[in-house]
Amino acid sequence: MTELLPTPSQTVGPYLSIGLPWPDGPHVVPEGTPGAFWIRGTVRDGNGDPVPDAMIETWQADPDGGFRHPDDPRGEASGEFRGFGRCPTEADGTYGILTLLPGPVPGEHGTTQARHIDVSVFARGLLNRVVTRIYFEDQDNSADPVLATVPEERRGTLIAAKTEDGYRFDVRLQGDGETVFFAV
Amino acid sequence: MATPTEFRLPRYGQEPEGTHPPLGFPGYRSTALRHPKQDLVLLPQMLTEVTGPLLGPGRLGEHDNDLTKQHEGEPQGQRIIVTGRLLDGDGRPVRDSLIEIWQANAGGRYRHTGDRWPSPLDPNFTGVGRTLTDSDGRYTFTTIKPGAYPWKNHDNAWRPAHIHFSVFGSAFTQRLVTQMYFPDDPLFYQDPIFNSIPDEKARQRMVSRYDHEITQAEWALGFQFDIVLRGRDASVFEEEEDEDE
Repeated sequence: MTELLPTPSQTVGPYLSIGLPWPDGPHVVPEGTPGAFWIRGTVRDGNGDPVPDAMIETWQADPDGGFRHPDDPRGEASGEFRGFGRCPTEADGTYGILTLLPGPVPGEHGTTQARHIDVSVFARGLLNRVVTRIYFEDQDNSADPVLATVPEERRGTLIAAKTEDGYRFDVRLQGDGETVFFAV
Repeated sequence: MATPTEFRLPRYGQEPEGTHPPLGFPGYRSTALRHPKQDLVLLPQMLTEVTGPLLGPGRLGEHDNDLTKQHEGEPQGQRIIVTGRLLDGDGRPVRDSLIEIWQANAGGRYRHTGDRWPSPLDPNFTGVGRTLTDSDGRYTFTTIKPGAYPWKNHDNAWRPAHIHFSVFGSAFTQRLVTQMYFPDDPLFYQDPIFNSIPDEKARQRMVSRYDHEITQAEWALGFQFDIVLRGRDASVFEEEEDEDE
């Protein structure tokens, strides 16, 4: 196989909202799906000000822990679960994703990962996406192999808090309570 | 009882040093308050990372790959064809994969309420396109050449003409948003976004190539722009699985 050199990343700039949002982007599952809930939050910058031109993307397993993808060695999950959500932030920095709780997923060396969602954050001023994860405060996260590698005092930034219609997951790009971001 | 079962997952290699921009880049002022200052934590590539959304034809409308046909009339400006292949680092085509683009019009104005500089909107141009790659990883858009535009990053700052590209590849690890530039743009030297890429050769990989073979007589100029994502190799990890009853 030929070795090719990768294309660099560039910022989405200030005008991603003309190109990337879809009408059904925030709906990982259609409204009215039994068990569906909203993950809502605010993206903030180093001053704590809302970021009105960011976009959140989510990718997750289905409620049984499966992925509708050929590279899942347990077999590609069946069903219509899209697994993917996308929502630009509003003028007040808020976003919302309607989804179902992902199932636990196997990790390395016989471990099991707690229920989680992978997140990409894009914005003007971010020359590359930043990647984080959402965990859920009412689930058992104690044996998760990824959380175990995160300094204990920062783990809280990855754990979504229970709310009336789902969970709250805020993203702090910089500064006090800066969200833990991952290199993948 | 548990028996070890081998899981074979693809593993996506790291890009060479200097390929991607640093998150903090003082020349691009908007990074100042928006880039994380804590170290990134290494996330091993597991199932969630080596899979990703496979978004199909349901995302596409009829004229999504021809930005000159989305309105009653034709947009102003130089009509161009932009084509290329979506490949992974091993040269494999990424097939049936969604590519999304957005851009300014011929005068350098975006159809966005936040873009207020005094260059007119074009009623016949939205500046948004989508397509799927074919079995060879190829995509093609017909559009008009975007204009350069001023911004307030530094004194007399102008962005070189560019088209924003968003691609998914096959896995969460491969997600990429970039910008395609045009050859020999005199504005490159003063643009901090273009120059945020440390490796000069990597920077050039964002510049499309004029291709007279793609140019259509009496119709449109042709540009080639290949997009290369992280390559993959197979690796193994072990997983303990409950024995079947």
